[in-house]
Order: sequence, then structure tokens, then C-alpha cells
Amino acid sequence: MGIRFEDVTVAYGRTTVLDSFDLTVEPGEVMALLGPSGSGKTTALRAVAGFVTPARGRVWIDGRDVTKLPPYQRGIGMVVQSYALFPHMRVDKNVGFGLRAQGVPRAETAERVEQALALTGMGEFARRYPRELSGGQQQRVAIARALAVRPQVLLLDEPLSALDARLRSGMLAELARLHRELPDVSMLYVTHDQIEALTLADRIAVMDRARLRDVGTPQELYRRPRTEFTASFVGNANLLPVTVGRDGGVRFAEHDLQAPTGDAAPGAEATLCVRPHAVGLGDGPNPLPGTVTGIQWRGATHRLLVETAGHRLMADVGELRDPPAPGDTVTVHFAPDDAVLLPAGTGGDDRDG
Amino acid sequence: MLVHSRGGRRAVWALFALLFLPLFALPLLVLVAASFAGHWSGALPSGPTLDHYDAAVRGESLRALTASLATAAAASALALTAGTWAALSAHALGRRARRVMDLLFMLPVAVPSVVAGLALLVAFSKPPVLLNGTRWIVILAHTVLVTAFAHQSVTAALGRLDPAYEQAAASLGARPWYVLWRVRLPLLLPSLGAAAGLCFALSMGELSATMMLYPPDWLPLPVLVFGATDRGSPFTGSALAVVLMGTTLLVLLALSRIRTKASYR
Ligand SMILES: Nc1ncnc2c1ncn2[C@@H]1O[C@H](COP(=O)(O)OP(=O)(O)OP(=O)(O)O)[C@@H](O)[C@H]1O
Ligand SMILES: [Mg+2]
Repeated sequence: MGIRFEDVTVAYGRTTVLDSFDLTVEPGEVMALLGPSGSGKTTALRAVAGFVTPARGRVWIDGRDVTKLPPYQRGIGMVVQSYALFPHMRVDKNVGFGLRAQGVPRAETAERVEQALALTGMGEFARRYPRELSGGQQQRVAIARALAVRPQVLLLDEPLSALDARLRSGMLAELARLHRELPDVSMLYVTHDQIEALTLADRIAVMDRARLRDVGTPQELYRRPRTEFTASFVGNANLLPVTVGRDGGVRFAEHDLQAPTGDAAPGAEATLCVRPHAVGLGDGPNPLPGTVTGIQWRGATHRLLVETAGHRLMADVGELRDPPAPGDTVTVHFAPDDAVLLPAGTGGDDRDG
Repeated sequence: MLVHSRGGRRAVWALFALLFLPLFALPLLVLVAASFAGHWSGALPSGPTLDHYDAAVRGESLRALTASLATAAAASALALTAGTWAALSAHALGRRARRVMDLLFMLPVAVPSVVAGLALLVAFSKPPVLLNGTRWIVILAHTVLVTAFAHQSVTAALGRLDPAYEQAAASLGARPWYVLWRVRLPLLLPSLGAAAGLCFALSMGELSATMMLYPPDWLPLPVLVFGATDRGSPFTGSALAVVLMGTTLLVLLALSRIRTKASYR
């Protein structure tokens, strides 16, 4: 049954670094753990691997309570940020390490090492030492080493953080392919990069300050975030303080805006979340006049920073032939369906499912 | 190189020569000169001869050299095993245990080695463990005296070892023993080699504790050197000392070659 955290709490001394953590990763699912630095992502992974002992709660792997088992009995594969390839062994010995350690016969080990190396496209490097490989190649060997033992769960701790942007997107595609070829393996993928999480994951778990904030598919979290924290951490977001109106709209500063209010009580304080790419330049629904305070050219798009009623709005618009200059007065707009109303005060400070 | 300019580099070399030559090289040169000398009454030795070496590589001297080599090899092996074992256990137990262990191993080095030798003599002169009068008490004494150094260098190396390696190994299903044998010890090999060299050299030159303990059939070379100079034949003593130095140097060179091979990577 993949991985299950049940009320897991981990503390170092008096600081709690994982607080009543509840999460289930289904078999064959890729779950991304997304969160700012120090939020406890690595700690959650180490709790699964068995390198920290929870003060409270249990960890399940494949329907087995592993809370008390030492790491070597847990049947996991793990790739850490530093790769930790054994420097005194060649690539093939590194990849075969887990198999030999578990007493798999030599001939079978050789076969499975070859398979794992082929899967990661590292077959021709079998006789090299780790120090003779590039960062991306080392990472692939680390993945091959973790896969060779045929684990039911694969734990990946920021495996791509050491790579440059191009190599990273290449490796992302390879990890996605790998996952298609091994549909039964559950993956728990730690990252603080939202693009990685959005690209690879079936679901994303958002963490902040030792706690789980939100879980959902990338689409859910991106299109319909439930908290301000999620909205601002999964993708970029304009967060406008609004008051819910009486007739299915909201009031932002001096403007009446159309937005889905759901069952929010009229008169309540709320936050309206609009993604930058949903904001258009010129007249349209929900027009907001403002002053351009900054403009960034990003190749395919322009990002406009527009100050309206004392708030700064980000708008990502297709590359403009005549971009406005800072100080110009413009109007921006967004479609009511692109806006999401969030309860007020759900930033990083308190807990909200 | 930290020093880049040519003048700077020269200055460093000059300083090195200034310190090294009189402190280390000169005494050694005198020793080598004396070992070839027939007499030495003026400023320089005279009457060059190979007689001392002739005596130094046969009979009693050869037996002493063998005894020294065997003692040093056995003591280093034992010290390395005990020191590594202790360092590994202390590492698993935590900081406080490490400090206590360090102190315990230090104690024999802190007292004069003559006293350490005497203590061993008293301790092992009566049954049940009667070692007095055998070569084993010499080996034991050397082991006790050098284990501190083995323990310290392995402890330092363990502290520098990235725990990510053993964790990666454990996550792949390797039991602690397998991890120790296949990952940790190989990664410690360069430091173990350095520790072995240190232990070996210390044991080859050990005299004071040995003096208290050696049986008639196990006479390490330093005792013979001391005896020769004491009897008033400094040239024979010098030749023996040069043989001792040369042999030690050869063993250390061999060890450091193994070490370079192990330190990849
Ligand atoms: N061995 C330790 N002793 C004490 N505190 C620790 C230890 N390891 C981690 N912490 C603390 O636990 C918190 C969570 O650490 P963790 O490594 O899980 O963060 P993370 O989410 O993985 O961050 P990053 O993205 O920077 O890797 C941090 O505040 C960190 O300081
Ligand atoms: Mg981390």
C-alpha cells in the first residue's frame, strides 16, 4: 500500500521538526513533498528510511508497520541530494551493492545491474569510478543503484538540485519515463522547486514549518488552492484582500469585482487569488486601473508589475511589441472564473487543512 | 601551492632548510658518518670502514632486527585492531564515550614508558597470566604504548566520514557488518594506513619500556644500539641505528604506497 505516515512527530531536542504528519502515498503514485527550506521535508523522508526515530506515530510501508525496523529491513531505495556514491567502487559495483548485500547470487546481480544501468542510460559507464562522472551521470547511477534492489518505494531527496536548468529538465523527463516503466513503485519526491513538483507528481503535499498544509493533484493545488500559503507556494499568485459582497461578487478597495464566492458569508473578509498569467492587459471583465511600476522581459512573456489601489499586481502577458513604460497608466483585467476566493488569514502562520 | 610568487617560494624553501637541516638532517648525517668511521678524534671522522655494517647485518644483530620487525608488525596490527574497534564503538556510543575512551588510551603514553613497562612487568609476573620472560610481554607493552595513536587517528577519520555513505548502504538493505566491511573500512583505509605507519615507527624505536621487559631470546634492535653505545662502541651503535632507520623507512615507504593506491578516488 505504498507509504503511510500516521501522526508522525519527530523532534530534535526541543524543536519539533515534523508535527503530527499524516500522509498516504498510494502504490505506484508519485508524491512530491514541496515546501520551503527547513520545513521538514528531508526529515519526513528520513523517517520513512529509518534514519530518525519518530517520537510519536507510525510509518507504514506496503502495509507493514516499519516504525521500529532498522533501515536495512525496510525494502526501500533512496537517492540523497549528495548522491553518496561509494567512491571506492566502480559504477557497476555501486549499482550491485544492494543486491550483493542481500545475498543475491553473482550472476543474477550482474544481470540486474545491467538492466538498471540500461534503464538509466548509463550502460557504457559501468567500469568508471564515480569521480570520473559528471553530476548528472552520478545522479543517474544513484537512481540505478536504488532501483536495482527493486524497492517498493523510492525516496528521492532533491535529486536534481545540483544540476543546471537544461540537465534538470532532461532528467525530469527521464524520471517520468522511468515511472512509466515501473508503474508499481511508489515515489516520494522531495523538492523545493514547484516546476519539478508540477511536472512529475501525481499529487503534491505542501509542507510548511514542520506541518502538512495541503495535499492534492497539481491541477487542484494550482487552479483551486485552498489556502494562501498553497496559492503562493505552488506557482505565483496575486493575493488581493477583499470583502465578500451580497450578490455573488467581492469588493476590492473601491472596485466591485465578479468572482465565485461559493458559500462565503456576505461581509466576510477574504483573499482573492488570481494567477499572474490569468491577468490580461487592457479592458475586459473586472477591469482595474493602475500604474506600471516595473516590467520584466522573460523571453516568451512580459511580466508587468501594476500598482492598483495600493496593491501590487503581477501580470504575465504574451510578449508585447510595445510594452508600456514604468509610470504609464494602464488597465488590467481578469475573468471571474480565473479567480479563487480563499478564507482570509491562511498564510504560513496557522494551520488550515 | 599557497605561495605564488617566485621570491616567496624561495623564502619558504630557505626557511624549511634553516629549520630542517640543523634540527633533523644534521644529527642523522652525523650518525651516518659515524657508522662508517674507524676513529673520530678530530672534527671529521677518519679511517672509513664497512666493518660495523658487516657486524650489524649478521648474527645477534640480525636476530635483533628480526625481533624488532616482528614486534613492530605484531604490535601495530594489534594496536590498529584494538584502536579501530574502540574508535568504532565509541563513535556509535556518542561524544562522552569518545572522550572517556580517548583518555583511557592516552594514559599509558602520559606516564614515562619505563613506568608503563614496570607496571606490565608486575602485572604479568604471576599466574594466571604469566608473560614475564617471554617475547609476548614485549609485544604487549608496545601494543599498549601505540594503541593511543591508532585510536586517535581512526577517531579523527571517523568524524570526517560522511554519514551519507553508510546510510545509503543501509537503505539498500546492507546489514551493519556488511556496511562496516564494504563501505566504512574501505573509506577509512587511507587513515588506517597512516595510523599503521605511525604505530610501526613508534614501536621500532621504543626503548625504555622494552629495557624493563625483554627476555634474553627476544632482544629488539634499539636495546642492542643502546648496549653498544653504553659499552663504548659508538660506531657499531651508529651502524645498528642506521640499519634500524633504513629498515623502518623501507616499511613506511611500502605502507605509503599502499595508501596512495587506496586514496582514490
Ligand atoms: N540533526 C539535526 N539536529 C537538529 N536539528 C535538525 C537536524 N536535522 C534537521 N534539523 C532541523 O530540522 C528542520 C527541518 O529540516 P529538514 O532537513 O527536514 O528540512 P528540509 O525541508 O529538508 O529543508 P531543505 O529544503 O533546506 O533541505 C530544520 O529546521 C533543521 O534545522
Ligand atoms: Mg532537505
